Amino acid sequence: MIKLVQNEMMKLIAKKRLLVIAAIIAVLVALFTYAQYKQVETQRHKLGTNDWRTILQQQIIDTQNRLSSSRISDDWKKQLKVGLQQQQYYLDHNINPSEPGAPTFMRMFLENSIDLFLPLMVMVIASDLVSSEHSLGSIKLLLTRPVRRWKVLLSKYITLCLSISLIVAITGIISYLISGMVFGYKGWGAPVLTGFNVTNQGLGTESVKLLDQWQFLLMDFGLVWFVAIVVGTLSFMLSVLIRSTAAGMGVMLAALISGAILSNMVSSWNSAKYLFMVNLRLTDYMKGTAPPIEGMTLSFSLAVLLVWWAAALAVAFWVFTKRDVY
Amino acid sequence: MEKTTLSVRNLKKTIGKKEIIKGISFDLKEGEVFGFLGPNGAGKTTTIRMLVGLIKPTSGSVEIGGYNIENHFFEAMKNLGCIVENPELYPYLSGWDNLLHFVRMLDDVGEERITEVTQLVGLTDRIHDKVKTYSLGMRQRLGIAQALLGRPKVLILDEPTNGLDPAGIREMRQFIRFLAESEGLSVLVSSHLLSEIQLLCDRVAIISKGKVIRTDTVEHLLSNREQLIWSFEPFEKGKEILSSLTKTEDSGDGFIRTEYESEKAALWNKQLVDAGVKVTEMNRKLPALEDLFLELTGGDKID
Ligand SMILES: Nc1ncnc2c1ncn2[C@@H]1O[C@H](COP(=O)(O)OP(=O)(O)OP(=O)(O)O)[C@@H](O)[C@H]1O
Ligand SMILES: [Mg+2]
Repeated sequence: MIKLVQNEMMKLIAKKRLLVIAAIIAVLVALFTYAQYKQVETQRHKLGTNDWRTILQQQIIDTQNRLSSSRISDDWKKQLKVGLQQQQYYLDHNINPSEPGAPTFMRMFLENSIDLFLPLMVMVIASDLVSSEHSLGSIKLLLTRPVRRWKVLLSKYITLCLSISLIVAITGIISYLISGMVFGYKGWGAPVLTGFNVTNQGLGTESVKLLDQWQFLLMDFGLVWFVAIVVGTLSFMLSVLIRSTAAGMGVMLAALISGAILSNMVSSWNSAKYLFMVNLRLTDYMKGTAPPIEGMTLSFSLAVLLVWWAAALAVAFWVFTKRDVY
Repeated sequence: MEKTTLSVRNLKKTIGKKEIIKGISFDLKEGEVFGFLGPNGAGKTTTIRMLVGLIKPTSGSVEIGGYNIENHFFEAMKNLGCIVENPELYPYLSGWDNLLHFVRMLDDVGEERITEVTQLVGLTDRIHDKVKTYSLGMRQRLGIAQALLGRPKVLILDEPTNGLDPAGIREMRQFIRFLAESEGLSVLVSSHLLSEIQLLCDRVAIISKGKVIRTDTVEHLLSNREQLIWSFEPFEKGKEILSSLTKTEDSGDGFIRTEYESEKAALWNKQLVDAGVKVTEMNRKLPALEDLFLELTGGDKID
């Protein structure tokens, strides 16, 4: 089995996919870093201070002003309220919610890339792992060896999991290194709050806990990795089912994007919470923002994703071992 | 008695509602080159895909080296090397890495076998280049090298000379004969070219529309079907003499056809020459595959 995984790795490296992905991540991180830097600059310029308390205070006032406007929707209003209460809580407890530094940037980058950007990167690898063998024709050579089909597929799946872990690690390292050049490399020990309880009434703060930033990041990474594995497994299944890489990618892309759109508008369509794509923003539960649909919690989302993962894997193996190869 | 290495029994395959293979049976013996001859769409590739386990037969059985490929896939595949249609290797890897890839899929073969097979197919100079820089002939050879890695007892090649130039075809032919005669492999070769099969194979199965019409040795199949085409001056006199000796057929364009038999041909020629007829051309012609099919299938149209 190790030899088979070696094979898959050899092919992956020869295709230079991981390099391309690392390059894309680097470019994006550089872009985000610059944007963040600009934002901090303008804010300081506007308020004439560098003190985070003043800035946070100003943000709270801004939000309150927006809330008093009647033109915004109820959903959005609720979101804002939750955010407002959270900001107030941070202010009351004298904790800076965005301590400047590379670790904070990393956290922000992870939170923003968990539902679309990282899944996309994972898809680049997962969606042609099997279908490329079909379009190349090499599947005929691969399946006429004294190796059972499920082993061939398992070696590909293990390779996928390894690459995903690598992608997540690369994301962490690159975002830390690049943003650190601008914001400095400190801030691992900064306090972060988690455990906010979002309910119909608003924000519950009974179970709020104080974590060091590095602890929080570790959990974030775990969640990001889990989401990446689930999305990777789904595109892996599509790669088995659909012989064309482009078609498989298209389907997955449509699902991911529809997820991003749906999250903003499904609050009244309750059963949509069983779709995998609205459950991808796991890090939001850590941060404590209102979920897209009432009643969604971290464990609920984890369970939904787990079911999708298991089903995709079962389908992939079932079809691959049974199907005629032309 | 020679050992049977590949045994196919009553193989059938239905795709959709269409029965594509309608019961094929044959045996391959050790050290024999077996031809699989049929027109386009006859079902050669489909049959071969079933032999190598890529598609599951609707019914019937395949045994390689005595192992049923469904119940003992692992053992059966150990005895098999194959190329189905084109040898589609990984273009972005070097020839060596491609072979390494397939060596890793075998249990008991080491890297020294790669050196051995590259030498065998004569690819040593270019083995470390990327496969995308190879010519078609080199890819075919790499394909064969790949098939030989596991020291198989049975080699299955689907149209191995596809896309090769005449020199390449000749070389491939000699190589396949060498494998069968010196290494004792059984080789199954499919083709739609009679001339190719005739020079290469010991036995042939003729297949049409998913059925084996006839299995026989090449000599049997072709004897007394070969024709001799004559041209001489003066034409009428020569025709008269030849007609008195054997059955002739005037093709209308200045040529006379007779059957071909090596001894008689010399004799007839002598008699023509003795009678003062100048023989300008004597041409031995293989029956066209179409003719053979028309004969065997009793005038069925080939589709
Ligand atoms: N996947 C498929 N679905 C439906 N029909 C198929 C499929 N594959 C092959 N066929 C049909 O099966 C028949 C036999 O095809 P096959 O490829 O085995 O022919 P062949 O003898 O290899 O021909 P050629 O000399 O052109 O390679 C053809 O009529 C073809 O249309
Ligand atoms: Mg064919």
